[in-house]
Amino acid sequence: MSVTINTNFDENLVTHLSNVKKEPEWMLDIRLKALEVYKQLPIPRFEKTRIDKWNIDQFEFFIDEGDEGNQVDIPEDIRSMIDVNTENRSVIIQRNSALVHHYLPKSLGDQGVIFTTLDNALQEYPDLVKKYFMNAVKFDENKLTALHAALWNGGVFLYVPKNVEIEFPLQSVYLAEKAGLLPHVLIIAETNSNLTFVDYRFSTDHNVSYIHNGVVEVYVGEGARVRFATVHNFNKNSYDYSYRRAIVKRNGRIEWVMGEMNFGNTISNNTSLLKDSAASADIKSIFIGTGRQKADLESKVIHEGDHTESKILSRGIMLDQATAIFNGITKMEKGAVKSNAEQAENILMLSKEARGDANPILLIDEHDVMAGHAASAGPVNQNDIYYLMSRGIPKDEAERLIIHGFLASVVSRIPIEGLQEQLEKLIERKLKR
Amino acid sequence: MSQPKLTIEDLQVSVEGKKILKGLSLEIKGGEVHAIMGPNGTGKSTLASTLMGHPKYKVESGSVTLNGENVLEMATDERARKGIFLAMQYPSEISGVTNADFLRSAINARRGEGNEISLIKFVREMEKKMSFLEMKESFAQRYVNEGFSGGEKKRNEILQMMMLKPQIAILDEIDSGLDIDALKVVAKGVNEMKGPEMGVLVITHYQRLLNYIKPDYVHIMMQGRIVRSGGPELAEKLEAEGYDWIKEELGIEDETVSQRS
Ligand SMILES: Nc1ncnc2c1ncn2[C@@H]1O[C@H](COP(=O)(O)OP(=O)(O)OP(=O)(O)O)[C@@H](O)[C@H]1O
Ligand SMILES: [Mg+2]
Repeated sequence: MSVTINTNFDENLVTHLSNVKKEPEWMLDIRLKALEVYKQLPIPRFEKTRIDKWNIDQFEFFIDEGDEGNQVDIPEDIRSMIDVNTENRSVIIQRNSALVHHYLPKSLGDQGVIFTTLDNALQEYPDLVKKYFMNAVKFDENKLTALHAALWNGGVFLYVPKNVEIEFPLQSVYLAEKAGLLPHVLIIAETNSNLTFVDYRFSTDHNVSYIHNGVVEVYVGEGARVRFATVHNFNKNSYDYSYRRAIVKRNGRIEWVMGEMNFGNTISNNTSLLKDSAASADIKSIFIGTGRQKADLESKVIHEGDHTESKILSRGIMLDQATAIFNGITKMEKGAVKSNAEQAENILMLSKEARGDANPILLIDEHDVMAGHAASAGPVNQNDIYYLMSRGIPKDEAERLIIHGFLASVVSRIPIEGLQEQLEKLIERKLKR
Repeated sequence: MSQPKLTIEDLQVSVEGKKILKGLSLEIKGGEVHAIMGPNGTGKSTLASTLMGHPKYKVESGSVTLNGENVLEMATDERARKGIFLAMQYPSEISGVTNADFLRSAINARRGEGNEISLIKFVREMEKKMSFLEMKESFAQRYVNEGFSGGEKKRNEILQMMMLKPQIAILDEIDSGLDIDALKVVAKGVNEMKGPEMGVLVITHYQRLLNYIKPDYVHIMMQGRIVRSGGPELAEKLEAEGYDWIKEELGIEDETVSQRS
């Protein structure tokens, strides 16, 4: 078992990064501890995906300054996405790790909502950040999370106070130009608050080999409701390592909607912890495998509280020589009485050379629960095609309708029309090539 | 449009190497209603699927023409665009595709590129037909047949027929699983469409449907062929007496297709 590291990632670099950002002492402390863990741990092992040969850390680290107000580089389709609702526009756009745009309606600020970069939050609300940062995802979980904690750079902080309900989605957009991206998103939804968050990450250069190592932490308070929708779109030379976690308190609800639209290798790990009574989680994700892409996609729900509920729906379409593992994990802890969980992983196999593995896993330590799962993998149903053709629809159009329909239950849940269109375009691109 | 004509001559069909239709001939013209009755497993749905071009059914010999054109050379979608419609015994469920999108694609496929139906016109037409069939408006936005009850699926088949305006409509057990009110609605849909521009082939087990959709001809199918044809009185006789008398007359012991011929 060999341990590889990037020797440029050392104490000096980490200290310099933290100093430039004028971070509090404790943050530097976390970074340095995490750096040690990163150096010591081997590349993590996934049950069915070997990532030994994947690039996790061979990239040049950068520290850049913000250039807020610089409009020139915002691509047209991103503009159409964020401009839909000018009055309520709540957007943070980052290029690499730097802030380039920030809008927040005054009405939200007046209600105590904080929506800013994580860097800025560290300056203005250090105690809040300290309480939650790397709490749902632990820095010493594995080499990837350790690297993230040591070098995180850029990201967003969102705090929604008690009883505040935000009707329109808050957005964050990440344009990647440089190779290494390590944004950290921290969302805190206090008791009975309600919010929708949209997160879009994409690479702008087709030749750069990106490494994205991102963490999202969502803390859902009692009776609060959070919908987090994300689309990732990194090029075929890139590696995407994403850890997303939610901790949900009593009566709270987390909804994840994930469009895994990368063209490169992807590790996506999503976990919701239902801590208390009547908490619930709904996880929907889609993936389209193309080229020689490899992906390991895991959705997990841990039921600790009684009367907790969860639903996992993962849908994948496999083309070319792509390989993907879809893990659905439902864990019922002792005491999760009268809890209810359902999960389904469905894969459409559109190429004989592609591989798709659906693994529903139920881990049950409490007898008084309901847990169900369904998994399928196979080609488009010929009878369905025949049915559409019998109404005059040509075969390729029939296939197209069925394939899009297969993804519709997830796509239709994307809260912003502009992002939905973006996602549909990506789907078209991936399916046609 | 001139009066359509579907001609089936000496049709022999096998599925997975097993001969099912063993020489079937039938002619259906616009304005006519033909009913095919017959015990289970005698090849009725096989005939319907073969006319629609289901890939599993292999035509061994015989011919099918629509207005003189060779139907057997056409793929399923082309047959549909030429005017053949099949209301299926077991319609598929298509997840994620709304009824409205599905029907609009179907209509536009038939109209061809550059001649698409305008959205407003389509919506109006669909609403009109749905209310005629007493379907809730929400069905336009529901996914095709997903979670529909048996009766709702059948109604949805008739909605498609009304929207697509076929020349030859084949209805395979459109009455199965329908309560009496739904049956009347479905029959109302068919009767609304009936006329010199459309011929109808109804496959059913029950005389009851034929009280509402009046057939001009009734055919009895056994062992993969039509063994007797007559008028509506034939259906009444079957309802009253069953199939034994005709089996006796013809000396048939096993009426299904599994019997060796
Ligand atoms: N796709 C198929 N694969 C295998 N066997 C088939 C297939 N389709 C039809 N058959 C067989 O052909 C015979 C005739 O079937 P068909 O469905 O045409 O009967 P039917 O007259 O419509 O019966 P029912 O009244 O029960 O609907 C049966 O023995 C059936 O099992
Ligand atoms: Mg049948």
